[in-house]
Amino acid sequence: MIRAQSVTYVAGNRALIRDIDLELRPGRLVAIIGPNGAGKSTLLRLLTGELKPTAGRVLIDSRDMAMLAADHLSRRRAVVSQHTALAFPFTALEVVLLGISVPGLDVGNPGAHRLARTMLDRLGLGQIAHQTYTTLSGGERQRVHLARALCQLECGRVPPEETAILADEPTSSLDIGHQLLVLDELARQKENGRAVLAVLHDLNLASAYADELLLLSSGTVLARGPAAEVMKDDRLSMAFGCEVRTNHIPQNGAPFLLPQSCAAASADTGAYS
Amino acid sequence: MATQSLSLPHANVSSLDRHTLGRRLVWVGWVALVLVAIISVSVGPTGLTLSSLPQAFSAALSGSDSAADAHARLVLLEVRLPRMILGAFVGASLAVAGAMMQGLFRNPLADPGLIGVSSGAALAAVATIALGSSFAGPWVRALGAWALPIAAFLGGFVTTMMLMLIARRHGTTAIATLLLAGIALAAIAGALTGLLAYVTDDRELRDLTLWSMGSLAGASWQKVLGILPFALLLLLAIPRFIRALNGLLLGEAEAFYLGIDVERAKLWIVTLTAAAVGAAVAVAGTIGFVGIVVPHLVRLIAGPDHRIVLPGSALLGAVLVVVADVVARMIVAPAELPIGIIMAIVGAPVFLHLVIWRGGALSAP
Repeated sequence: MIRAQSVTYVAGNRALIRDIDLELRPGRLVAIIGPNGAGKSTLLRLLTGELKPTAGRVLIDSRDMAMLAADHLSRRRAVVSQHTALAFPFTALEVVLLGISVPGLDVGNPGAHRLARTMLDRLGLGQIAHQTYTTLSGGERQRVHLARALCQLECGRVPPEETAILADEPTSSLDIGHQLLVLDELARQKENGRAVLAVLHDLNLASAYADELLLLSSGTVLARGPAAEVMKDDRLSMAFGCEVRTNHIPQNGAPFLLPQSCAAASADTGAYS
Repeated sequence: MATQSLSLPHANVSSLDRHTLGRRLVWVGWVALVLVAIISVSVGPTGLTLSSLPQAFSAALSGSDSAADAHARLVLLEVRLPRMILGAFVGASLAVAGAMMQGLFRNPLADPGLIGVSSGAALAAVATIALGSSFAGPWVRALGAWALPIAAFLGGFVTTMMLMLIARRHGTTAIATLLLAGIALAAIAGALTGLLAYVTDDRELRDLTLWSMGSLAGASWQKVLGILPFALLLLLAIPRFIRALNGLLLGEAEAFYLGIDVERAKLWIVTLTAAAVGAAVAVAGTIGFVGIVVPHLVRLIAGPDHRIVLPGSALLGAVLVVVADVVARMIVAPAELPIGIIMAIVGAPVFLHLVIWRGGALSAP
């Protein structure tokens, strides 16, 4: 669907992304993980077409994204950014409707409103549809923008197998209940055939939901593949710069980790190794 | 129980209701515009009144030869009608330009006056007045009545081009740079305008002062023609920029994700607003507050959706300037006040009221 071919991105004289290949396929959820400043958001923005790679190319349906009109792209991929500030007092429902009206899709018909309401309900926002965006909490805002992105693709009249949704830390401001709600929605989009990419900080969520993990460090890929292969203690410890110990869920062998203080971990190691 | 079921679970007005309200606002705007247009052509010192208006109209249409009819026809066709139409186009242009700039800069306080377009236009016009009798004389004489409008338009346009050159780097336009550069250019233009006042004689100074406060007093069909193409370009472009401006309210990256060609939209919006504002300054002087107060009123009533904000601002801007002009003519009749003074007296308190009491609508998150 969307494919990055040996993409490099240089800002100033610093390479933020170095020679990365990545393919988003229909019906698959890819999670980008890695420490702060690893280039996760930059890679996501390269895959949206917003940033143009310094070297290499990003293809969508085998066509170079840099050559395609914004309008063409908007029907095939939707983006949920990490932060979106809104300068004027729209209500939550109005923000979601922008996802339909701005791409030039018919917002006047009752179907558009029904769709917007359905998306808000599905993300647990039915009660706040008429509240002003500026009065919403960070977690509510994140979900409003996910609802907007979903409406954008839903109304684009492109088959789901030819669309992608890219979300930059969609769960960063959410409590555990809403984290699961959002990732279940992304998983449902994946089941419907869309390609899904999410930047995730929570390694357990990445392990539980992603078909493929991409572990980034300093703009390069440290490891990629299924969670069981990527989430190895030594790799994670190297990437995040602290002692990490994973465990495995007995039923399916999926890796998970409980956070423990780095100080405690090193004291631990000192005593027993 | 019944009253309880009517009240919404949350304090805010439903977005559907807001949109309906907005469409009604546009209708009210049309009706108000027709009413103030009729009032505007029937108010003045020469005796043509509301009751004699139908007769003056039929005289104008039939081409009757009686002296009274000829006088009424002259007042109607050569004085009042062009003045009313000029006011409506100036008001609509300034209000729509303000609304577009606020959307583009994602700043509710942005205004063409703020980014120096009005100041640049004013400087060029003042230079034409002040230097018209000295070394710029031959050009000014050659252009005749067109000298002032052309100079003001060029001043506004050159300012905008300078802004774009300063702010455009690496193929993108940095909005913050544009805003700051605009404030600096406005300060320079203001200072130069002040300096020019020293090289004028008394008559020129009086011209200049009145003109710099804004007035429709010199209205003529020629001036209407001066603003018409630019105002029409801006007004007819409204439907093409609704989507882009709504998208830009979420930020430039989001607008791109939603399918907007952001760079092209920015370039067109800045160019069209510069041309319309330059033309408005050329024919009516600098009239403040229209570009900031009108879009705010529309947003407070109907929300920030540009489908309503742009046409609503065009109509209310036209109504406001025509009404202000009627007041300017009535209040010290048979003399008249500069319209800029009326706008400041009415506009500034409304604006302060907005800032103090409805701060929620102004503050960015």
